[in-house]
This record gives sequence, C-alpha cells and structure tokens, in this order.
Amino acid sequence: MDQSAVNIGLYVILSGVLFTIGIVGVLVRRSAIMIFMAIELMLNSANLALVAFARQHGGVDGQIIAFLVMVIAAAEVAVGLTIIVAVFRRIKTVDVDKLHSLKG
Amino acid sequence: MDVPTIESLNLIAALPTMIVAVGAGVILLIELFLPKEERHWLAILSVVVIAVGLWLTFWDGGRTDAFGGMYVADGFTRFVNIVALGTAFFAILMAYDYNRRRGITRAEFYPLLLFSTSGAMLMGAAGDLVIVFIALELLSIPLYIMTGIRRDDPIAQESALKYFLLGAFASAFLIYGIALTYGVIGSTSLDAVLGAVTSQGLTGNPLLLLGAGLMIVGLGFKVAAVPFHMWTPDVYQGAPTPVTAFMSVAAKVGGFGALLRVLVGAFQDLAGAPRAGGWSLTVWAVAAATMILGNLVALAQRDIKRMLAYSSIAHAGYILMAVIAAGEGVEAGAGAALFYLMAYMFTNLGAFAIVVAVEKDDGSGTDLDSFAGVGRSNLWLGLAMALFMLSLTGIPPLVGFFGKFYIFKAAIDAGLVWLAVIGAVTSVISAFYYVRVIVKMFLEEGTGEAKVPWALALAIGMLALGVLITGLLPAGALDMAEGVILALAP
Repeated sequence: MDQSAVNIGLYVILSGVLFTIGIVGVLVRRSAIMIFMAIELMLNSANLALVAFARQHGGVDGQIIAFLVMVIAAAEVAVGLTIIVAVFRRIKTVDVDKLHSLKG
Repeated sequence: MDVPTIESLNLIAALPTMIVAVGAGVILLIELFLPKEERHWLAILSVVVIAVGLWLTFWDGGRTDAFGGMYVADGFTRFVNIVALGTAFFAILMAYDYNRRRGITRAEFYPLLLFSTSGAMLMGAAGDLVIVFIALELLSIPLYIMTGIRRDDPIAQESALKYFLLGAFASAFLIYGIALTYGVIGSTSLDAVLGAVTSQGLTGNPLLLLGAGLMIVGLGFKVAAVPFHMWTPDVYQGAPTPVTAFMSVAAKVGGFGALLRVLVGAFQDLAGAPRAGGWSLTVWAVAAATMILGNLVALAQRDIKRMLAYSSIAHAGYILMAVIAAGEGVEAGAGAALFYLMAYMFTNLGAFAIVVAVEKDDGSGTDLDSFAGVGRSNLWLGLAMALFMLSLTGIPPLVGFFGKFYIFKAAIDAGLVWLAVIGAVTSVISAFYYVRVIVKMFLEEGTGEAKVPWALALAIGMLALGVLITGLLPAGALDMAEGVILALAP
C-alpha cells in the first residue's frame, strides 16, 4: 500500500509537469496546429491525474471521467481541425502571428 | 452501489434541457428532407422547440435531482433556463432575415444554436463538476462552428480559429482543476465537495485551492473576465452579428450559472475574506480589473461590435461582484447576479438587434459612423437604441439600473465597499461611450440607414418592452431571482 501511494504521487507530479509543458507550448508556439497539440497534451495530463487519483481513492469515477474527457477531446479535434483547415484554405497560413486582420 | 432504474434517473426533471437537445437533433434530420427554398421552416421549428422548453421549465417547483444528483432542477436552474431560452429565441429572430441577406444558407445554423442553448441550460443545472465540463463543451463547440459559419469570409475564419484555440485552452484548465478537486475530495459531486470541505477542514488545502483557481480560469475565459478576455473583441467582431448577440448572453448565462454553482454551491467555505488565499480575494482582483479595463478600452473603440465586446467584458465585472457577495454569504448575491443576467439579456440583445438592422449586406456598416443620422431617418429604431444604451449605462427607471442597484447593494452588504465604488465610477465612465452612440444617431448628419424586416422589428419591440417593463416593475423578476438562493447553498 505504501509503495503504491508513493507511485501515485509521482504520477500526479508527472501530470503536473505535462500540464505545464502544455501551457508553455500554447504560449510559445506560433503554429495553430502546434498550439492545438499543446492543448491536447494539457487535456491528457488531466486524464493522467484523474486515473492516478482514481487508483488512490480505489474507485472508478476518475477512470470514467477520463473516458468522457477523451470523447469531448475527440469532438474538439473534429471541429478544431476543420476550422484550422478552413483557415489554411482561405488565408494560406496557420501562423497565429500572421492572423491579425482584426484589431482596434 | 444500487443499479439505477429509469425511475430513479428522474428524467422528467431534466426534460427542458433534453427537449432542446433532442429537438436540435430532430431538426437536423428534418433538414435532410427539406428542399432548399423551404429552409425558413427550420427557424420556425426551432422557435417551437424553444417554446416547448419554456413551457416545461415553468412546470413545477421545488428541488428535484435527475441522473443521481448530477442534474439539479431547482429555482436557479429554472431561471437560467428562461434566460438561455429567451436568448436563443431573440437570436433566431435576428438571424432569420440576416442569414438570408448575408448568404448564410447552411441549415446547421439553427440546430447548432439549439445545441449551444442546451449547453448553457445544462451549466446552470450542474450538480457535478463533470457536468460543468460537458456542458461547457456543449455550449462552446457549436459556438466555434457558428462563429466561422461563413467559410468564404477570412475575417470570420480568423475569429473562429482564435475563439477555438483560446476556448479549448480554457477548457483544459477547467478539467485539470476538476481532476485536482477529485484528487483531494474523492468525488466530483458539488454537494460532496461542499460537505467534505467543511467536515474535513480542507479550507487551506493547497491542491484544492489550486483546483478551484484553475476552474476560475476556465470559466473566467467563458464569461470574458480580465485577464482572460483577449478573445472577446476579435470574436465579437468577426462572428455573424446574431451569433455575437447569442454568445454574448448565452456564454455569460452559462458561465455565471456554473461559476455560482461551483464557487458558492461547492467552494463557499473556501471564499474566506479574512483568511488569505481564499478565492474571494482573487475574484475581487479579477472583478476590479474587468470593470476598469472593459470600460476604459471601450471608450477608444470605433466599431460598435468591438465596443459592445468591451462593454460585455465590463458587465462581466459587475456580475463577478455579485458572485463574490454570494460567496461571502450574502444571500441576495446570487439573486442579484441572476437578475442582472436577465437585464443584460434584454438590453444587450436589443443593442445587437439594432446593429443587425444597420449592418449592410456585405457585412460592413458596423463602425460608429454608419450610425450617424439613423435616429433621424428611422425614429423608432433610434429611440429603441437610446433605450438600450441608457439601460446598459444604468439610468433609472430602466432595467439596467435595477440590475446594477441590486448588485451594488449585495456588494455593500458583503463589505465590498471599494469594489462597489469602482463599479459606480466605471458606470459613470461607461456613459461616455454609450451616450456617444445616441448622439451619433440623432445629432449628427449622416447617410446611415436601417433595414427592419418584421422578425427583427418583433425582436426589437419585445426587447424594448422587456427593458421597460422589468425596469418599471422589477419586483416580479426579482422575487423569482431571489427564490433561487435557498436552493443554491443547501
């Protein structure tokens, strides 16, 4: 039991590290695709935390929530990639620094 | 653990939300068999679905739970439902003619609007953090699509991309906050969180505070609170105007519904003004920054959609003030927030309806100069805009005044005197940019003109009446809003 408690702490720390990498990725990257991938990393770090906590609490709630997050992430991917493709077709770039026609 | 039966799920309680979502799906199916020139039936069917949803909302009283406590049907839910459905109704009236003028022929428009509405309704009904997350996505994903529904328009595409990236970023914060809360408490039920925080003395737990903070970030994005507001002006400007109108109110209703449920219904004991590190101090700073920045930047805007975007940021600040008051234990806080949301629905939708009328077929004509002289050539339209602008400023006896009054009163009762002072001062500043629109419409010469087809005229008329009636007789709506408080924090 002690052994697994230590392990769960490590998983949570790992998920925190992944989440932070995701935030940094969103803030630093300029391509919409890379930003989107960083967001997916953040969602998956939450999944890791959920599953680790589910193990700690000895229930399955966290695992079920992780599934829900996956489903919603898939829906987001479908819409998000469509928007990115549409933008690329229309404006010929997905570099967020070059998308600045809206200002004021 | 009991295996739930159909009876124990108590689906009846969740019927208003379900009928809207199911109705949207049915309309999508009907569209398949409808010839292109008969598409206006989709709008009419959507209004029917909304009417059924409203009728079911008024059905019975008291608190009941559906889906084992995940869906809470109480006065709060009912109020959020009414505002969300009303917003959808007026947005459809605005879009009815606008879509044809601007060549938005895609039949998915109305079903997407209904899906998004059901998301907003679900956010106010959330009894579980997981529902907050799912409802947020149900609200947001159709909005991303509707923002970019004009696929040949580069501006709309750009704003859809910005909205999507920042919205997805925000939901990642929300779900991580939920994961941390689940880790500490072992459950995602709001009641369980509330109970555990009190009974286990978790008020200083760093992981729980971090989780609550991340959730505030995620929901703060949705309601456009500073510093999470960057997307608002760009998206408001780039989206089709009826969509902007819809999202400006529906996203706020959903976002604040969930914020009140989470912060007051689950994390109330974490608020703690005297104890440093509670959420009320953080939200205090966010509210102050939101009111100040929103109102000051709005002064400099030349495009009315951008101006209304910053004004909507500013109004988020006022409602946040009520959220803090509710968190501090002032019972009128939640009621004041809800009343303000209803006032904001009438007023802000009205302002956007006028923008729809003045906007030209090619999408131009949203700059302030296009409004010059509109009040002279079209007196009633000008008077309606004056009404909405004065209500947004908060001039008595319009509904916007009572909204602000109840919020300031709740804030002062909660000891948030400085925040109320900031609110009052920024309200005065806001008069400059709101009144400027009226001056433009009546006192300046111009070639501005407006097209008001019957559906739009109906929307403007009903909204203007709403502003006047709830302003002159605020008691009924306020009673309803105050009835929710007991339900919120059991």
